[in-house]
Amino acid sequence: MSSTHTPTEMMTIAAARALRNEDICFVGIGAPSAACNLARLTHAPDITLIYESGTIATKPNVLPLSIGDGELCDTALCTVSVPEMFRYWLQGGRITVGFLGGAQIDRFANLNTTVVGDYAKPKVRLPGGGGAPEIATNCGEIFIIMALGQRSFVEKLPFITSMGHGPTGRERRAMGLTSRGPTKLITDLCVFEPDAETKEMTVVSLHTGATREQVVANCGWAPRFAVDVVETPAPTALELETLRSMHARTKAAHAGA
Amino acid sequence: MARILTLSEAVEETIRDGDSVAMEGFTHLIPFAAAHETIRQGRKDLSLIRMTPDLIYDQMIGMGCARKLTFSWGGNPGVGSAHRIRDAVENAWPRPLELEEHSHAAMANAYEAGAANLPFAVFRGYIGVDLPRVNPSIRSVVCPYTGEKLATVPALRPDATVIHAPRADRAGNVLIEGIVGVQKEAVLAARRTLVTVEEIVDDLGAPSVNSVVLPSWTVGAIAVVPGGAHPAYAHGYYKRDNSFYIAWDKVSRERETFLAWMKENVLDKRPEAFAVHGRRASR
Repeated sequence: MSSTHTPTEMMTIAAARALRNEDICFVGIGAPSAACNLARLTHAPDITLIYESGTIATKPNVLPLSIGDGELCDTALCTVSVPEMFRYWLQGGRITVGFLGGAQIDRFANLNTTVVGDYAKPKVRLPGGGGAPEIATNCGEIFIIMALGQRSFVEKLPFITSMGHGPTGRERRAMGLTSRGPTKLITDLCVFEPDAETKEMTVVSLHTGATREQVVANCGWAPRFAVDVVETPAPTALELETLRSMHARTKAAHAGA
Repeated sequence: MARILTLSEAVEETIRDGDSVAMEGFTHLIPFAAAHETIRQGRKDLSLIRMTPDLIYDQMIGMGCARKLTFSWGGNPGVGSAHRIRDAVENAWPRPLELEEHSHAAMANAYEAGAANLPFAVFRGYIGVDLPRVNPSIRSVVCPYTGEKLATVPALRPDATVIHAPRADRAGNVLIEGIVGVQKEAVLAARRTLVTVEEIVDDLGAPSVNSVVLPSWTVGAIAVVPGGAHPAYAHGYYKRDNSFYIAWDKVSRERETFLAWMKENVLDKRPEAFAVHGRRASR
């Protein structure tokens, strides 16, 4: 079974493994939500998942399409208002890890979800930041999940929507931030972690079957590789089954309203 | 005291041309029926405010009701782009749209400041990002106690706030349940308010003494519109119509299909058309 998994499945599974049972996790919609719930349904049953709609310790049976589907509220320990969520819980420093996706990323894991082109006359108007600008600096650390690609992994971002390690990798320390910023960037071919000194995102693990050449070809900057790049363990049968049945339940639920 | 009116009367007296209008509801309880009535009444030059413009503002902006949008995340949640908003921003169709863009934390804080009758909100945010460069209303203060630099945004004080709620009682007290979003703050921050509800009941039936209740004297107009949040949802009444949100991508992608849909489903319809989506809570 594990030989037939897709790169996207490997990405979600690798992302889920990064989460710990003790984590209090602020969950972004889409790929982060799939990874976080996969973690909850496999190795991290006690993980606390929080969505910005105000739902705390939610345990959805199907993945939400939006950040505020009723499923999230129905299965939550409690639901608070959105101002309370951002003030007491996020800004209050109660979140250990924020899980984000994005449209574009640079080598220091800064993210753009705002515009491509000039802000006033954009080529492409993207949705904007939502909760991400404050998630990025107020959570203990940040995990990012994004598929590699020349258009999404870019040398220079047209707009910084949320800060990773800053334009030169030195801004976080210079600003006196105590949160760690992006500590993992999980892609469909590999996992990056920041270099201890420069904070440049560095390939530490290649997924089964993926090559360095593929990573280089799909990255808009020349990516650095760690001295000891390991192989990401292939998905287990349990991980794949759990992920696929979660997606099947979700698809059926969203089609049937 | 809140007055119970028809939706048509309530929109007529709550929303005026040129108003700043907040139609809130964080994914849940989005007041679609009130927005459709606003479109039918031909309101224009509105300055629309909403954290997540969602399909409700995609429709209003595509129909030319707005000159400005204040927002923090403008897509079709979980699906993709808000195509009508993009067309307005990228191509000025059907008219140019001024943007005032924030983060969620900023908008939530700004509503809370409005409700608290403060001139601005202060929070730890916008660190290391580009939005303050393109939005001059994002500024900062230095904390007088610690010296920390903190972000500020002006309080939101809409001319009119419109929300949808599960129910009101006959005296006009309103109960909000489920994902409560920023509706309480948005109502208390506004000059005029309109609440559409699934039903009006004899006993509000608040499940807890700490339930989110807007007392009658904080609400302007109430209109009963069962199903009035569709395709969003009303906790305990009906679920979010996720298939509608997915289908909207195709409807809204081209101007012609969008306009045809709006004519058939909004301009040629009445508020009663929402009733087919409403289901009574099993209490």
